[in-house]
Amino acid sequence: MSIALKLDALSKTFVVGKQLFGPPKGRVHAVHPVTLEVPEGETLGIVGESGCGKSTLARMLVGLLEPSGGSIEIAGKPLDNADPAVFGKRIQYVFQDPISSLNPRKTVRQIMEAPLKRLHGMDKAQRDRRISEIFAQVNLREEFLDRYPHEFSGGQAQRIGIARALAAEARILILDEPVSALDVSVQAQVLNLLAELKQRLGLTYLFISHDLAVVEAVSDRVAVLYFGSVVEVGKAEDVFSNPRHPYTKLLAESAPVVGRALTAPEGRETELPDPLNPPKGCAFRARCPYAGERCGDEVPQLSGDGHQAACFYPLR
Amino acid sequence: MSFLSLLARNRLALVGLIVMGFVVLLALVTPLLPLADPDVTNTGNRFLKPFSEGTLLGTDHLGRDLLSRLLWGTRLSLAVGFAAAVIAAVLGAAVGIVAGYYGGRVDNLIMRGVDMLMAFPYILLALAIVAALGPGLLNALIAVAAVNIPFFARNIRGITVGIAHKEFVDAAKLAGMRDARIIVSEVLPNVIPVIVIAMSTTVGWMILETAGLSFLGLGSQPPQADLGSMLGEARSALITNPHTSVVPGVMILIIVMAINLLGDGVRDALDPRLRSGALTRPMAATTVRRKGPVPVPEGENVLDLRGLETQFHVKDRIYRAVGGVSWGVKPGECLGIIGESGSGKSVTALSVMGLVASPPGVITGGAVHYKGEDLVGAPYERLRSLRGREVAYIFQDPLATLHPLYKVGDQLVEAIRVHHHVSDKEARAKALGLLKDVRIPNAESRLENYPHEMSGGMRQRVGIAMALANDPEVIIADEPTTALDVTVQAQILSLLDTLRREKGLAIVFITHDFGVVAQLCDRVAVMYAGRIVEEGPTQMVLDAPAHPYTRRLIACVPELGEGKRELHAIPGLPPAVNDLPPGCAFAPRCDKATEACRQGEIALEAHGPRKLRCLFPETELEAAQ
Amino acid sequence: MGSYILKRLVSAIPVLLGITVIVFAIMALIPGDPATAILGSYATPENVEKLNRDLGLDKPAVQRYFIWLSNMVQGDFGRSFSLNRPVLDEVLDRFGATLVLAGTSFVLCSLIGVAAGVVSAARQYGFADKAITFVVLLGISIPSFFLGMMMILIFAVQLRWFPASGMWPIYGDRNLLVLLDHLLMPALALAVVATGVVARLSRSAMLEVLRQDYIRTARAKGVPERGVIWRHALRAAMVSIIPVLGIQAGFVLSGAVYIEMVFQWPGVGRMLVDAILKRDILLVQGGVVFVAACYVLFNIVVDVAQSLLDPRIKT
Repeated sequence: MSIALKLDALSKTFVVGKQLFGPPKGRVHAVHPVTLEVPEGETLGIVGESGCGKSTLARMLVGLLEPSGGSIEIAGKPLDNADPAVFGKRIQYVFQDPISSLNPRKTVRQIMEAPLKRLHGMDKAQRDRRISEIFAQVNLREEFLDRYPHEFSGGQAQRIGIARALAAEARILILDEPVSALDVSVQAQVLNLLAELKQRLGLTYLFISHDLAVVEAVSDRVAVLYFGSVVEVGKAEDVFSNPRHPYTKLLAESAPVVGRALTAPEGRETELPDPLNPPKGCAFRARCPYAGERCGDEVPQLSGDGHQAACFYPLR
Repeated sequence: MSFLSLLARNRLALVGLIVMGFVVLLALVTPLLPLADPDVTNTGNRFLKPFSEGTLLGTDHLGRDLLSRLLWGTRLSLAVGFAAAVIAAVLGAAVGIVAGYYGGRVDNLIMRGVDMLMAFPYILLALAIVAALGPGLLNALIAVAAVNIPFFARNIRGITVGIAHKEFVDAAKLAGMRDARIIVSEVLPNVIPVIVIAMSTTVGWMILETAGLSFLGLGSQPPQADLGSMLGEARSALITNPHTSVVPGVMILIIVMAINLLGDGVRDALDPRLRSGALTRPMAATTVRRKGPVPVPEGENVLDLRGLETQFHVKDRIYRAVGGVSWGVKPGECLGIIGESGSGKSVTALSVMGLVASPPGVITGGAVHYKGEDLVGAPYERLRSLRGREVAYIFQDPLATLHPLYKVGDQLVEAIRVHHHVSDKEARAKALGLLKDVRIPNAESRLENYPHEMSGGMRQRVGIAMALANDPEVIIADEPTTALDVTVQAQILSLLDTLRREKGLAIVFITHDFGVVAQLCDRVAVMYAGRIVEEGPTQMVLDAPAHPYTRRLIACVPELGEGKRELHAIPGLPPAVNDLPPGCAFAPRCDKATEACRQGEIALEAHGPRKLRCLFPETELEAAQ
Repeated sequence: MGSYILKRLVSAIPVLLGITVIVFAIMALIPGDPATAILGSYATPENVEKLNRDLGLDKPAVQRYFIWLSNMVQGDFGRSFSLNRPVLDEVLDRFGATLVLAGTSFVLCSLIGVAAGVVSAARQYGFADKAITFVVLLGISIPSFFLGMMMILIFAVQLRWFPASGMWPIYGDRNLLVLLDHLLMPALALAVVATGVVARLSRSAMLEVLRQDYIRTARAKGVPERGVIWRHALRAAMVSIIPVLGIQAGFVLSGAVYIEMVFQWPGVGRMLVDAILKRDILLVQGGVVFVAACYVLFNIVVDVAQSLLDPRIKT
């Protein structure tokens, strides 16, 4: 199986408090070197809480953010967005906020035509045909084409966003919290649509979400992000039911589940570390009930085969 | 809705438009009118009073016909003012868009320059420019336009930065567009309304400014006159012949006032926030216009809602956000209210203490009884004395709900002191105790923190402490954990659960998450389209949902631990509450619905401990009572 | 806080330099030969050359700039040829009068404007709001120089309540009461426009703030409405009102030029206009740089006030 997406030691550092003279006040390592591979046709779920760097990671993959280090390969070729008219055909992005990802002053038709025109150079007749085709695939009525984005509900707008991404005919889609702005009853519609499209068109997904249950329901494999690093990666059915990293365990136990009593680990430090002043060693150490001496000195690396965890004392 | 009809609806703007239209028309036809030559002097006829023979408005100090000079002057002033506005707007907007879109070093460089220009009191710059170029109307125009460019540039840059970071710009990049095209086709259409607003609200100002320079003798040079220089020349005869000053002065006033009225109208018509009435001030308590009888409370509920109806009146549309909701909580009980956005759950909660923003909110029916006292329509002072003291709220996003400029300690102290006459010191001691109650580490130092210095979880603990400040009987928690991460949510939920058992609080917990309800609430009410469709003990409802909506809502939420799978989605969308179907609101999305469901009112009927609003229950229930 | 003030002062240096560059560059635009402009077209070539040398105009522009700048730093703004005295002496003499006038107007417009805006917002669509809105509209539409002239006509000429012009009587005592008597009309005329702008902005800032969630929180706590408006809402609205006050200070200083002309106020604005008409370039340059520098310093005060108000600004 060929590799659709390959990240090699990809990292991002933001400089904060730039000064006119002298060095900047600090650096935030939003993404620590991440190495991941996504085989063609797979859905890799990326899960993490706010501030864990998942959106930064996603934006780098589609060239909207310049990486600070490492490399990205898309379908075997290094990422090159010098020519937007070529790059857009290789990878596409579905945004979290469906309404603000559509230009309020353009009709849906104008929005849909942009990628067809710029990326594929289609003429008017070809475009109309293609738009009909795509709208049929995402269950949208063609009468929507002459309306403006504010006339749509979140779920409809997200379908339009997906339709626009499909128009580029990229084989890889980055889905950045595609359903978190939607109501639960609509969430399921969009998730099912995404699953169906993937099957039919043979797409590869990188699915980013903070919602463990959603990620588990759609992904083949899941990577858990904490404080800019991948702390655990494995098959979707294993990661939450049989977590190996204490953070993953905490996440899984915190998710509210019908029929489980309220249990919250109180007393331990609960805050994320200060990104300007990160701790030495494992970033989760201060919250970890299993932390040992080694955790304070060294940063654990991902280890194990198949189901990997970045922990010196992985759970069994 | 077209821009013009919106404009016409604003009566004052219409007046401005008519006056302005008339003035512009006059200015346009001036050359065709049978007027005396404005520049021909006739010292024999100097300072004729208005309505003298042969001259309508009199003559000036050189015997020139004032009416003629006024019309020609108006023509000139208008032309110069508009030209200055257009030049300043176009150049300023161009600079602002480039700086805002590209950001980084380009932005830095441009904005430093703009700051530099704005560091002058603007007239100094204008004077310096005129000093360099020499007095003259064209130079005055250049000066006025130039000093206004920075104002436009800064304004437009701010807007552009906002737009350039919108996701649709990223989407355009991925759709294969280059920067120049994105600026023209994505950014510009969103900036133009702002440019138009800025221009329409500054044209009057520009006319004033050019008139001002002419008044100082630095603009139009004799014999040619604009309104400003007419005033300037008339100044020396102000006391003896005031009419020569009043005529041009009043003309400037009329023009600028008409333009300002029109400009405000343009702004109101183009600003979507004003259009939707979002810039109206919410009153201290929700408006009450109750028709029909006041229902009686049931049982030993401490807080009891009966048939509550809350609507939003926006223009001629009526949104029935809450369409007759009844529930109650007993002391020490936790009631969950679950529903999707737009189901009316939050509006119900806010209606209790009259906190629904009004306008547009109106409570139109039903009753809210607190310990037997009906609060709907209670005097504001009574409502206020209960707020926070007997019934307290915890809101969703603690960053937005805490005042950003006061220390959390001061906010807690205030919550105590508005209801109790205690010293600041006592209140502070109590506040410290509250922070400890909600398990905030280093409570002493946290009192001195501002909200932005705390994490989301800590802020929500402060929110809870504030709700507990006066030992209320009831706490209404409106999605208190929705904005928080799961690990933090778990802690906040368990804290709330402990506190309510310790203090015997009644809690109304509003959420969209069944998992949360299951863990915290004794009973749950499910809302759909402004009404309760099902209510009962949490375990019963979750184990055997009776309403098809409840069953399918539970089914479409993926639950952790079930692996990859297809979800059972509910087709369609929730109905808009300004256009509810007759009968069951869920019928259009329900696979069991029959004709009977679509006709007539379906009542919420009690079946033992449960209540249901459905003709075809999903599960066997006790017979209706 | 001290370090923040210091930081702001340091950051003002490039702005001040920029101001001198801009002023110098504009003045360098003067077409033709300034000496000829000053002396008139009948001047002998020798006289022109001598004046050029006196003004240092025979040197290249960059060099001239640095000479001018270094002289200014040492307090030498040059000599006004029309008044035949040092520019700085003249500017300092005049600036005091302008400061009295503009300062009074600024205080008036801030107090009245903010109060009117708050009342207007608190009573949105009520009678007070409509009345204030109308007065404000009138205020921002009337040219201040016309308003001043009408005030003279009515209150000085007709009613004889106030003196028509000047800062001090020609004969008689110079005490505070006399000053106030002369000051009231020009200060009011100058304050009207700025008051209107401040009131409008305060109103919309208040309306914006009153919709915020933390206002709902204050009400949910049971804070009385008076406290909600004046303690919670106004405090937050001041964050956007204060920068406007800073800009209005510039507008008041600008408007002072007209008012000084109308009321014969012996301020720096009238001096500048006279200097321009007489093409007294050094006086214009010196006056503009001096006033602009004072305005820059004032804006630092505004920034510091803002940082005291808003803890989110990093100090």
